[in-house]
Amino acid sequence: MNRELKRVSILALLMFLTLFVSSTIIQYAQAESLGADPRNSRTLYDSYSVERGPILVGGDPIAFSQPSDDDYKFQRVYANGPLYAPITGFIPVNGEATGLERSLNDFLSGQSSSQFFDSINRLISGQDPMGASVEVTIDPVLQQAAWDALGDYTGAVIVTEPSTGRILAMVTKPSYDPNSLAVHSGDQVEATYEGLLADPGDPLFNRATGGDMNPPGSVFKLVVTAAALESGRYTPDSTFPNPGTLTLPGSDAVVRNSGGGTCGGGAEVTLATALRLSCNIPMAQLGMELGDTAIREQAEKFGFNREFEIPTLTESSVYPRALDDPQTGLSAFGQGEVRATPLQMAMVSGAIANGGIVMNPNLVDAIVAPDFTPLQEFEGSEFGRAISEETANTMVQMMVNGVEDGAASNARIGDVSVAGKTGTAENGESDPYTLWFTGFAPADDPQYAITVLVEDGGGLGQEGYGNLIAAPVAKQVLEAVLNK
Amino acid sequence: MTDQSGPIVGAPRSAAPPTASVRRIRLPQKLRNLELGLLLVACIINAGAIVLVQLGALGRVDTQLVLLGAGLSALVFGLHICMRFVARDADPFLLPIATVLNGLGIAMIYRIDIAFGDTGWESAAVRQIAWSAIAIIAGIATILVIRNHRVLFRYTYLSGLIAIVLLLLPLVPGLGRQVSGARVWIGFGDVATFQPGEIAKIALAVFFAGYLVRNRDSLSMVGTKLLGMRFPRARDLGPLLVVWALSMAVIVFQRDLGTALLYFGLFLVMLYVATSRLSWVVLGLTLFLSGALIASQTLDYVNGRFRNWLDAFNPEVYNADGGSFQLVQGLFGLAHGGLIGSGLGEGRPDITPVPQSDYIIASLGEELGLAGVFAILALYVLFVARGFRIGFAGQDDFGKLLGVGLAFVVALQVFIVVGGVTRVIPLTGLTTPFLAAGGSSLVANWIIVGLLLRLSDTVRNHPRLVIDG
Repeated sequence: MNRELKRVSILALLMFLTLFVSSTIIQYAQAESLGADPRNSRTLYDSYSVERGPILVGGDPIAFSQPSDDDYKFQRVYANGPLYAPITGFIPVNGEATGLERSLNDFLSGQSSSQFFDSINRLISGQDPMGASVEVTIDPVLQQAAWDALGDYTGAVIVTEPSTGRILAMVTKPSYDPNSLAVHSGDQVEATYEGLLADPGDPLFNRATGGDMNPPGSVFKLVVTAAALESGRYTPDSTFPNPGTLTLPGSDAVVRNSGGGTCGGGAEVTLATALRLSCNIPMAQLGMELGDTAIREQAEKFGFNREFEIPTLTESSVYPRALDDPQTGLSAFGQGEVRATPLQMAMVSGAIANGGIVMNPNLVDAIVAPDFTPLQEFEGSEFGRAISEETANTMVQMMVNGVEDGAASNARIGDVSVAGKTGTAENGESDPYTLWFTGFAPADDPQYAITVLVEDGGGLGQEGYGNLIAAPVAKQVLEAVLNK
Repeated sequence: MTDQSGPIVGAPRSAAPPTASVRRIRLPQKLRNLELGLLLVACIINAGAIVLVQLGALGRVDTQLVLLGAGLSALVFGLHICMRFVARDADPFLLPIATVLNGLGIAMIYRIDIAFGDTGWESAAVRQIAWSAIAIIAGIATILVIRNHRVLFRYTYLSGLIAIVLLLLPLVPGLGRQVSGARVWIGFGDVATFQPGEIAKIALAVFFAGYLVRNRDSLSMVGTKLLGMRFPRARDLGPLLVVWALSMAVIVFQRDLGTALLYFGLFLVMLYVATSRLSWVVLGLTLFLSGALIASQTLDYVNGRFRNWLDAFNPEVYNADGGSFQLVQGLFGLAHGGLIGSGLGEGRPDITPVPQSDYIIASLGEELGLAGVFAILALYVLFVARGFRIGFAGQDDFGKLLGVGLAFVVALQVFIVVGGVTRVIPLTGLTTPFLAAGGSSLVANWIIVGLLLRLSDTVRNHPRLVIDG
């Protein structure tokens, strides 16, 4: 009997061994993958049970967590939600977060590696765990001014500090209220989200850093002019033939200047005049002379063809590859397949204002632990030099002329000198134009680089143009801080 | 052996037994003192667990439940004191292990109550404490009434009859109740109160032990040899077929896969130990597996259990009515616990359905972590090992078989439940011994404790009498 007993005890032992192994597999080997399953509500609840750190603008919270009586323990609240939505984003109970809520989630939820010892400390000392707070670079006055100035237009305004790359204002319209996506009912979030997705105005787009990418139109002439001056073969006084129309070689595409006719009269036109009056024909000629490679290289020095982490990921602006002559001609005045975000154009203006150095755009000043020790502080970092200081100085003057005596005249502000460039980009045969303004002020000591994007022709279809719609928006924003 | 030093040849050796009995009485109750020490530790662990639950989930200490727990501890010490008189040589580990498992179960059930907001008699923990009291009293009664386990041998066939009746009770119209699909409950009015099948497993163990001891010669000696194994004669297959039919009936009529597996597994193991014939096991397993296979093809609920097991993470299976939601949520809970757990009262075991009964091991795993699961499994291993010890050291075959049967039924039940939760086998509804909420299970398992204590007492005091005598 004992031999059988021995075998049965071995069987029992094996049964228990199986359980030891199976529980180890689940609780150790597979713990991480099971935790990452989107159906695992425990992981989600965990991220809520920590008091998530606030997002601050000038010391005032634009996103913060307050205690709630349900499973999630805390309710995320967005103060002035629609105004700051492109900055904060939102964190839903189901689905993925957006904006800083997503890109700085580790810090906000207290799970970043730099908070490890802090959280152990809090655990030992019996304090509830808490996330770090994030201080953003936004200037609340500029943000509100940009929101007001953009009015009911579909579009975006972005203001940066040229010397540092700090983003002082970032507004996109139409916007949404992130509070409506932070409610603790998954079904409700889903319904709201579906509604926003179906909205023809695409309120979920952050048009300042992405969205439905627009052709930059004439504001891209800044890049082409920069490429020309940098080549050493051109000066502002270099001249181009001045016909009333230009048929691009090897195609039947006809280029016209925006007003029709020639560029300011005369048989020849200078580069300075072409930029000041924003003429397409001389730019197309210049572009074809430079070639698409030179333009692309210059564009990429300004930040085209790549994404930036501000720390939220931005969409990449595009200058396409391997263009033929007609395509290069079109690209020289920002048409064809060229696409740009307002952020990208702000980087171009910012670099010109900053003596030719492109600063990495940045939305965050500091990340601060609950005990007020700084975890991370952001100082301006250089993306690289796009143009020489001399070219920059030349272009500042050309852009000042554009506002004082050119196509960007509606951005003029009393006694502050403004540098600027407008754009009116075609989207298709009969589609409304996309309207642009990019520039900076004061021109002699640039504090603010601003880019305005207005889609749908500002409601005027093909009647709207940059100087009519976008330039006054920029003027109104800058006046809020400059003309006091 | 003092008597042998005497010079008188042929003198009656009657001096020895009195000496032995005197020594027996005088033996310090080392075992009982060890048990007392372990019991104190067990009660401290249990009180600590309840206080931690309160601190974790309530943020304050509520003395009421601690007092109820203290009352329960008093009963356990009552059992201990009884043993000092009637089973002084019983195994010292069984009672502390059962106590700590029962206490951990109460703490976790109480923790779920807090999550659900249940208080008073609504509270499963209060009911569990009441049932624990009844169960421990049943254990005390067992050890007081059954002074010699061989009494049970006389009631072999009565036990068998009782088992059958208990099994059939839930099928009696008006008495039986169906809970989450399985018709294994009896109740009065609207309340399903008792699972007679839990008690039936004890009666079955007694019946199997008695029957096999009586008939094992005919079951093991004769037969035809095939493939190196001696297979039984057709007319000896009767008992196997009866138990198999019984198990299949449980699957079909009571819709309870786990109980069927438990009974049949118990029978097979006892049959094997009694007859040393592997052929019985082969035959039995073949029968059961083919039965289960047919059931999985023809019975929807069995089929569903297999699908949930094999394809748990498939969204379709997960979202289906009666699908793998519970299984997967249990896995999430366990994974959430990780190595050291969230801490008592700090996890979210209430997300998983029935976290206090079928899924209590997942709840404990979530809050105590893999470390806690290992500790609990180790306690079961120890408990079962003490039972097997009786089998090895026992004097009579009936006692040996009964001890092994009772120990194995606990092991098998743990395997079926925890194996189901951790996806080793398809999930079936069985209670985790001592831990899970449920009165019948507690009563049955404490009676098993009583029986094992009684058996271990006879094992320990007999050899010494022989050696000393």
